[in-house]
Amino acid sequence: MAELEAVIGLEIHVQLSTRTKMFCGCELSFGDQPNVHTCPVCLAHPGVLPAPNEEAIRYALQIAVALECEVAPRSIFHRKNYFYPDNPKAYQISQYDIPLATGGRLDDIRIHRVHLEEDAAKMIHVGESGRIHGSGASLVDFNRGGTPLVEIVTEPDLRSAAEASEWARLLRTTVRQLGVSDVNMEEGSLRCDANVSVRPAGSEELGVKTELKNMNSFRFLERGIEAELARQQELIGAGAAVVQETLHFDPRGVTLTSLRSKEEAHDYRYFPEPDLVPLAPTEQMLHEARGSLPELPAARIERYREEMGLPPEAAAQLAADPEAAVYFERAAGAAAGVEPRVVANWVTGELAAALRQEGGEAGATGSKVEPEALAALVVMVQEKRISHGSGKTVLAALVAEGGEPGAIVEREGLAQISDSGELEAIVATAVDANPEAAAQIRAGNGRAIGAIVGAVMRETKGRADGAEVNRLIRDRLGV
Amino acid sequence: MIDREQVLHVARLARLRLDEAEVEKMAGELSGILEHVDRIGELDLDGVEPTSHVVELENVLRPDRPRPSWPRDVVLEPAPDPADGAFRAPSPQADSQ
Repeated sequence: MAELEAVIGLEIHVQLSTRTKMFCGCELSFGDQPNVHTCPVCLAHPGVLPAPNEEAIRYALQIAVALECEVAPRSIFHRKNYFYPDNPKAYQISQYDIPLATGGRLDDIRIHRVHLEEDAAKMIHVGESGRIHGSGASLVDFNRGGTPLVEIVTEPDLRSAAEASEWARLLRTTVRQLGVSDVNMEEGSLRCDANVSVRPAGSEELGVKTELKNMNSFRFLERGIEAELARQQELIGAGAAVVQETLHFDPRGVTLTSLRSKEEAHDYRYFPEPDLVPLAPTEQMLHEARGSLPELPAARIERYREEMGLPPEAAAQLAADPEAAVYFERAAGAAAGVEPRVVANWVTGELAAALRQEGGEAGATGSKVEPEALAALVVMVQEKRISHGSGKTVLAALVAEGGEPGAIVEREGLAQISDSGELEAIVATAVDANPEAAAQIRAGNGRAIGAIVGAVMRETKGRADGAEVNRLIRDRLGV
Repeated sequence: MIDREQVLHVARLARLRLDEAEVEKMAGELSGILEHVDRIGELDLDGVEPTSHVVELENVLRPDRPRPSWPRDVVLEPAPDPADGAFRAPSPQADSQ
């Protein structure tokens, strides 16, 4: 049988961090007493009129522009009809055939659409306690009901669980940098569903997909997709068919449970929301949305690679975290005469390791190591004023106490031995003290040099330049 | 023509319980509405923009300024079965979503 390929698309809901709800002036909140942020509009009392929050529209436009979407000149809201206790109107105000924006991309993944809608209320299932007429009941808290949501739907361009979770992280970083949402998966301000199918590798057709819900961390997103891919492959391997359904992910056992068959799209009986007039973003609104865009991770990755010559991994790692990016750029800017690539290596390598060693939770930005201090240290190592090993010693001191690397070098006596006569004498002693290693090197065993280099480093307390020591030993032995 | 099954399906989506006579009546009335829409479809409407709204307004928006919410006891007053400051509803699992 042909090898199967994963085909994954994501649907991401982002709660916007406006002050008030999408269609009424109730304040947004998290963790307050239930039902203290409600009014006749968000509780669907008869005769009320919704009024869209202009800030929510501004935020949604920023997301659309950041994802390089085409904003519809005129979009309308629809009613999506369904009965469920989390929605007192019996319909959700959403967008249907003319969404806010379509056809964008983030990194290599195409965006199908971006639209605005409102969140449902939070339900707490009381369970089969027996107290309520012998059956379960739900407590409904409408504080969350009506929170502005932006839904982002990708094309099915993702090819593995790992790729999906990595891309979702990039999306989160991007939205976070726009400052339009807390994008916290645990608290539900970022929610991610996955449409998963498999098909013979190389095929262009799409297989039958299932929809996975309830993955409230990137780890669970990845595990859920992995579990579902394995299940589908097993089904097809056994000659059975995948059935289109919605699956609920349970992280405790990494299991998937089928939910009741979902209503078909036409069962939602979408129709234009008569209470809301069309939304036609003006040139001014679009101009503002574009103007408010900070440099986003994808653009920054490219700049780090193209203009600063960073290797792809370091570029991605530094660009993904806005704080790390600012730190790196300050350090690179201060490290006169040193290639940014070298500074990046120190930030992602030695500094990250030293911070881990120290056990601190804070990244580079929250540490005692000022970016200018790191820059000064890198310059000293590059100019061979101190050895690389001494550099690490200084860095450990900087992590522990902060300060200036120059002062630490002086205090610890770490300055590189620059007097070649002094170093030559130490090398001569070390060669004489290791006749066996010397004989092996003469006989052509290059690796034996380590013993003598080690002896020199011990003697100099790491203040010698490794390459120079190697050269002097070889000179002395005539190899 | 709307048949019996379609009437029952739509009734279920709308959570309506219809007796046999009502199903019959609805089938006739819904079919009449669709026939009327078909008749409109016969008109030559090329070049006529679809109308979703009858007022010529766009971008009627509201500033993101909080307004006082209603007191919870007032909000819960008409609820048939409130509990713990919340509206209590039968478990939707018992219902066919």
